[in-house]
Formats: sequence, structure tokens, C-alpha cells
Amino acid sequence: MHALPANETRFLADAEAIAAAIPDGALVALAPDYSLAAMAVVRALIRRRARGLRLLGVPVLGFAADLLVGAGCVAEIESSAVSLGEAGPAPRFAEAVEKGLVRMRDSTCPMVHSALQAAEKGVPFMPLAGVIGSDLLARRADWTVIADPFGAERIVVARAIVPDAGLFHARWADAAGNVWVGRRRELATIAHASRACYVTFEERREGDMLEDELLAPGVISSVYVTAVAPAPRGAWPLGVPGCYAMDDAHLARYAQAARTAEGFARYLDEFVLNAVPA
Amino acid sequence: MSYAPEELLACAIARMVQGAAHAAIGAASPIPAAGCLLARARDGARPRVSLLHRRRGNPFTEGSRELFDLAGQGRIDVFFLGGAQIDGEANINLVEAGGRRFPGSFGSAFMYFAAKRTILFREEHTRRVLVPRVEFVSAPGWSPPGIARRGGPQALVTGRALFSWDAARRRFRLQSVHPGHSAGEVREHTGFDYDKPGAVPVTPEPTAAELALLRGPVAALIAENYPGFARRVWG
Repeated sequence: MHALPANETRFLADAEAIAAAIPDGALVALAPDYSLAAMAVVRALIRRRARGLRLLGVPVLGFAADLLVGAGCVAEIESSAVSLGEAGPAPRFAEAVEKGLVRMRDSTCPMVHSALQAAEKGVPFMPLAGVIGSDLLARRADWTVIADPFGAERIVVARAIVPDAGLFHARWADAAGNVWVGRRRELATIAHASRACYVTFEERREGDMLEDELLAPGVISSVYVTAVAPAPRGAWPLGVPGCYAMDDAHLARYAQAARTAEGFARYLDEFVLNAVPA
Repeated sequence: MSYAPEELLACAIARMVQGAAHAAIGAASPIPAAGCLLARARDGARPRVSLLHRRRGNPFTEGSRELFDLAGQGRIDVFFLGGAQIDGEANINLVEAGGRRFPGSFGSAFMYFAAKRTILFREEHTRRVLVPRVEFVSAPGWSPPGIARRGGPQALVTGRALFSWDAARRRFRLQSVHPGHSAGEVREHTGFDYDKPGAVPVTPEPTAAELALLRGPVAALIAENYPGFARRVWG
């Protein structure tokens, strides 16, 4: 049985320091674009020329993954989907998969959640209804169909997923390293299941958030958090609910630019490689 | 009264979800969302409409997994799925076709089983989309005995027509063609076989009351969550 650490959260200087702590080849769990994405770290990973990353979409991916794929940082993706939502398909992802540059392990949303919940509980696998009859099954050596030990029907089970690193952004971090993500509880599942968890935060908050009855339900305890770092507007161009909205115009501009390798390269030059880190 | 094609489809969906207790909307589905919100605005409290990606006042407090847990428990009556390909047995493919990569299966491999009924929705009605057999089954349209399955397809809504699903025969049945389209045109652009009545009705046009609701309270909510779509349809 593997053992995950009880952390004393480290405070790092910035998003670059977090990008430096995530090694090449790591299995990195990322939340979708609507759920507090650590975009400042994504840009820092591209600047440090991260290679061979394996991304886990919890349960889907979008802009963050498309940027990392286009910049050559990614070897493999496990996700239920990769899309830019209203801005359209994820162009760098689609091209990389079509050309065989990135391996895709297709999943379905609740299976990602279930496999992480197995890791949360420290059990080897988790069952999920449905899925039988889907071609997803044949491509997944880590999923199998068993007889329900208590009933007459068959059911799919998926092996637990233990990411090397969870990565997301939070509204607040306090002095103990507790972080507040509000209703985005899939981020708590990521933190609970991962060997290491890295969190950027919008603002420092005074006091201990676990002592505040109204804040505590939206908090992820520092026991799960390896390191935090400040990153004001660290989710941009994605949003932080109650703080700033998703920059739809920027995402539409990206979706247009990233249709070609040249357009993507120009986008990287302007907004990632030559951008002054926040 | 003139109307946009998207408004006709939203009205058709509103009729299909009438009386349902709970309709849930997944990723990137502004027309199904508008249809459900129209039904709710018209009929009062029903259906409850849960938009997974609602930006403000999101109905879920346990993250996105709560949608799937609700469905697993049987608390979702109507869900919506699309497809890069959809075939005559209501199998859907969201992964790959003709060497092209699509976004992926999302929650379909679970939701198609767990929701009490699923409305398939795809505006593009061509032989490229409506195929004899999907190249990859993201989620099957039906399941043999011995596999737990609560629900399946109710209907297929496209930019040209409405089909209902006959679970016993495992076939679609052409229910109506939209104004300006014909049964012959639907036959020409559909790659799978389906049943059809002798005389094919025309999909009812939106009423003035429906359009007023769509362009008022429904448009306001859609604009918060699908700003690009709202600008395109409602200016």
C-alpha cells in the first residue's frame, strides 16, 4: 500500500517556484477551466520547458491543457474531454492527437471522479454504473467488468488514480497553508488523492480559516497541501468566482490564433514566453 | 412572427421536457438549456433546471461530481447528449471520426444509462453526422439484459427534424420536419434507416408567448452562461 504525506505546507515565492517543483514526466491532476485553474503555473511550466507531463483532467480539460500540449510539454492525457467550451474545440490538442504526438487515454467524467475517490479512501478500485457497451472500456487496461458480488448484474470497476501532483488556484490561503476553494470540491478530491498538491492563491487571509464556521466548508486543510504561492489574477484568462470573470474575449482570440501552429507560436510569444510573470 | 432557427429548436425541446421534475444540462448546450428554461418559465416550477457550468448561483456545492451522483441516484429525469456521429441505434460517438479527433465522451458513458431519459441534440443534420454505424461508441443507445440501465434515448433533435425513439424496435421514427424542410430532404441527409408516418407533420412554430419568454427571462440567463451564443441569436 502506498502512503501519502501529512504535509507542513511550504510557502513558495511565486508561480515559477511551483513550476520548478513539478518534475518532468509527472502525472498532474488539473481541474477544468471553470474550476480555479492555476494558469500562472501553467505559463511558468511552459517557460521552464517542462517535458513529458501526463495530464489528468478532473473530469475535463480545456485552455490550460491546450496551451501545454501546443508548447510541447505533454506526453499523455487522461480526460473525459478536452475542449475550449463556448470558444470551440481545443485546436492544439486535436492536432497533437491526430498526429500521434500525444497519447490520449479517453475516460468518462464520473469515472475520473470515482478513481480519485478510490485514492481518497485508500482502496484499490471503485465501481461505477453504466459504461458497459462503450468502446472506452476496450482501451482501458485499468478498467474491467466484474460480477456484482451482492447482486445479479455486472459492473465496471476502475483502478484508483494517485496523481503525482495536484495543481489548482485558490481564492485565499491562510498562515497555516489552508486554502479556500468554496464550492469547487473536485479540487478537494484532487488534493486528497494526490502525492503532492500545489496551490496558487489570489490573496493571503489573516487568521485560521478552519476556525471560521462559514469559511471552513470551502477550505482544504493544509494537511493535503504541499506548497502554496501567491499569484494575483493567477487564473486569468479564466475566472475566480466572486473575484473576476472568465475573459471570454481573450479565449475567443486564443481559439482563433491556435488554429495554426504559427498563430499559436505568436500567442505564446505575446502572452507566455515574453510576458512578465505576475 | 419571424424567429431564429435556434428559437424553434428551443421550443421543441421545451415541449419534450414538459412535466419533468429535473432537467440537467452538461457542457456547451445553449439550445437545450434555453428549451428547459423556457419550459420552466412557461409552466411555473417545473422542471428544475440544473446547469452544470452555471457561472453564478451554480446548483452544485460538491463540485462537478455531484451531477453524476444525482444521476446515479435517479434524481435526474432529462439529460442532453450530442455526437460527432449518431447512428440509427442511437449510439453516439464523441471521440473520433474520419481521422479527426473530437473533444471526448464527457459524462455520456454514464449519463446515457443513469438519466431517466436523454434527448439527443445535434444541429448539423448530414450524412457525416447521422451515420449507419458510429466509428466509436462513446455511449450505447441500448443495453442487453444483465446490465443495469435506468434510461435511454427519448428523441433526436436536429436542425431539420425531430425523431422519436422506439425502444421496442430500437429505431428512430421521424416525428416532424421543421418549417422550410421536407421529409424527402431529411431522407436524403440521413445516413441510417428510420420509420416514418405516411404524412409527416411540420414542427410547430414558436408562439408569440414563447418568443416573449425566450427573448426576455430566458435570454438573460443564457447570456450569463453562453455569452457568445446569446449575442449571436438575440443580439
